Amino acid sequence: MEKEALKNVRTRYERVTLMASKHKRTEPMLNRRQFLLKTAVTCGITAGAGVWGYIFYSRDPVRRRTERILTFKNFRVDDSAEYPSMVIVRGKSVEQMTHAAVEELGGMSRFISPGNTVLIKPNVGWDRQPEQAANTNPELVAAVVKECRAAGAARVWVTDVSINDPYRSFARSGIESAVKQAGGTIRFTTEKDFVLTDLKGQILQVWPVSRFYHEADKVINLPVVKHHSLSRCTIAMKNWYGILGGRRNRLHQEINTSIADLAAAVRPTLTITDATRVLVRNGPTGGNLSDVSIENTIIAGLDEVALDAYSIQFLGLQVDDVPFIAIGQQRGLGTTDWESLNYEELSL
Amino acid sequence: MLARYLTLQNIRRVYAVFFFCLFLLLINITDFRNMKGYEISLFLEIDPLISIATFLTSWTVYKGLVLSLIIVISTLLLGRFFCSWICPLGILNQWVSHLFNKRRPVDDYHVNAYRTVYRLKYYILALLLVLGLFGSLQIGLLDPISFVMRSFILSIFPAVHYWSGGLYLKQPLFYGGILIAIIFLMILFANRFITRFWCRVICPLGALLGVFSAVSILRIRRDVVKCTDCQKCLQFCHGACDPHTSLRISECTVCMNCIESCPEEAIHYGLARKESSVQTPLDINRRRLIETAVAGVILFPIMRSVVNAQTLPQHRAIRPPGSIVETDFLRRCIKCGECMRVCPTNVIQPALLEAGFEGLWTPILLNKIGYCEFNCVLCSQVCPTGAIVPLTIEKKVGKKPYENPVKVGTAFYDRGRCLPWAMNIDCIVCEEVCPTSPKAIWFETVEIQPREGRKRLLKRPLLDPKLCVGCGICENKCPVHDRPAVRVTSVGETRSQTNQMILNP
Repeated sequence: MEKEALKNVRTRYERVTLMASKHKRTEPMLNRRQFLLKTAVTCGITAGAGVWGYIFYSRDPVRRRTERILTFKNFRVDDSAEYPSMVIVRGKSVEQMTHAAVEELGGMSRFISPGNTVLIKPNVGWDRQPEQAANTNPELVAAVVKECRAAGAARVWVTDVSINDPYRSFARSGIESAVKQAGGTIRFTTEKDFVLTDLKGQILQVWPVSRFYHEADKVINLPVVKHHSLSRCTIAMKNWYGILGGRRNRLHQEINTSIADLAAAVRPTLTITDATRVLVRNGPTGGNLSDVSIENTIIAGLDEVALDAYSIQFLGLQVDDVPFIAIGQQRGLGTTDWESLNYEELSL
Repeated sequence: MLARYLTLQNIRRVYAVFFFCLFLLLINITDFRNMKGYEISLFLEIDPLISIATFLTSWTVYKGLVLSLIIVISTLLLGRFFCSWICPLGILNQWVSHLFNKRRPVDDYHVNAYRTVYRLKYYILALLLVLGLFGSLQIGLLDPISFVMRSFILSIFPAVHYWSGGLYLKQPLFYGGILIAIIFLMILFANRFITRFWCRVICPLGALLGVFSAVSILRIRRDVVKCTDCQKCLQFCHGACDPHTSLRISECTVCMNCIESCPEEAIHYGLARKESSVQTPLDINRRRLIETAVAGVILFPIMRSVVNAQTLPQHRAIRPPGSIVETDFLRRCIKCGECMRVCPTNVIQPALLEAGFEGLWTPILLNKIGYCEFNCVLCSQVCPTGAIVPLTIEKKVGKKPYENPVKVGTAFYDRGRCLPWAMNIDCIVCEEVCPTSPKAIWFETVEIQPREGRKRLLKRPLLDPKLCVGCGICENKCPVHDRPAVRVTSVGETRSQTNQMILNP
């Protein structure tokens, strides 16, 4: 009876299977080997997922960045008893003045070896014309480029991180065309040209710095003497603001310490201060010729502190008015008493 | 050998490649270093829709726009050739359509057949021109040259720079740029479903040239005796203009492909011959056209009954220097983005609703992104329609013989956020960067008692509204840079008589 019933069921079932579906493709039957293989693959992927979770398990939501943080090399040459430490040249022709100043200091070959990459840092902060004296005199920049070329420099780069649009600042300051004619190259600092650098300062530590400072062998500072409301003046030491990227305008909050930190971080091979035209009011932007005083002077030397201490007289300031110069002396960057140095004065 | 490659199709391709490259080149050189007085707005200037629409809104044909007569006259004689030979968007759409093509001849016949939806562009044109007649210039939304210019300037070029670099010093950022990019990519993708979707369905310039070409003398002609109705002429047809029956002259973009597709040599371009087929005139429904015009009559007062920069001053609608008064500005601006391309500081941005809906994608200054460079007048020099009139540096900064500088707005201090005012912290970056001479930002020196330690001196910035030109460099360089402590708004702008706050400036 039961067997009969079962048989009926089976028959009915078989009958049903005979009435195949329209979509009648069936899954292939696995043999033992295939089954084992499939199982192995599935287990393998499962194990892989476990291993992946184990390896990448982290208590932090993102991985710690391991960006390389660079430090500046020493660009300086040693002081020499043979040559003066500071040269003040007055005259009309900037090219001749530059040449005379450099010769007096021992010639450019004292500072630059053949094959060097020389980086020149003028002040090209603003979209202004040369007469407005907001940027370094283009004739001075060109003269220094020529001196470097003559001393055998393989590459002479001119760079700055301008506050106004860099293309406009370099073009309208006259520096771009002057440098090209003199045989140098303008290096515009794009967004990608900043590398994190440890300035090792009191308040300035790791900041994005133009990478050209790490690629150059020698650095020449070409500041211009200008009035500045907060720091009173912007000359050689403050010119190093122009190496920084990022939100550097925060530096105003501790401006004197910042300037000293920067001057301590970048020690240039040579500094030539441009006091041919001096912006005495409305600095550092200027814009009006009545704010410009013609002084026809350049000051070359190795000691930025002494150069700044000398140059502030064009702005009618004393060393006591400008705290960062004294801080520079405390840090051992130079001396505020420029008269104690072995200096030369020339008139052409 | 050469003759084998010197087909009409190849000649047209050479023109297409040339004009497309020229288009890219002209955008590429639209910057401070490369401009040098080239006719960089050439494509916008030869666009008749722009000159006709701006003529309707302000009854002038502005300077370079007179060049559009070249296209008007040649279209009256030669037909709507602009779309297949010159228009960068038409050329791009054709290439993209080819990319998405299924490459089966049977589908080609299908995709290149005329559809009644192709009439839509004439209604769009009618609506835009009626709005223009009342004084609202919305042509810039859909004019193909403005459209493709804006899309390249605000999305494609920045994207190319992102991967390759070299086009800019800093990655340009555009306010809502992704919206413009998405619309552009959607238009390109639409070619997947309807070949040359934009050109056949939407393009108001195509419609305008179609209307012109209705009187053209030289046309594509089909010889009814030689023709065997094989329909091979449809295979590569750009315009979907039915060359196999009675050609729809306003749809035909004179791509010349049908001539070489025809195995019987039954098609030629030129004057009618004895056996030439009749042609279909402009296929639009007069009733629909009138309805569209009526829609414009209703839409216009609605658009004017809203709060926008011309009904009430909008503090964020800071226009580039040299912009004309807002009402006229909106009658001239075609949202092409040329000023946004040329701006060296990236401050000029496409507005969303800052200036009202009519001002969508018109230029505004967002000082958080950039600032108006004091000695720069580039945006005023590239504007093809005169929404921004050309300035000289002397005129902008107010040097002799000009008396006053061009002001785009005025800066205001938020003393609750300003470091010296709110927290007794030294700062005055704004004073340092202020470009006017004498500086509009000055400071008072006060003795303050810090929470700890001795009394000391502190400089607190103040603003002289008579000297401030609204350039926004103070806002841009403010260290409190998420919401700067000094911000520029449009009040005091030179172009406006009404958006003023001081009685005797």
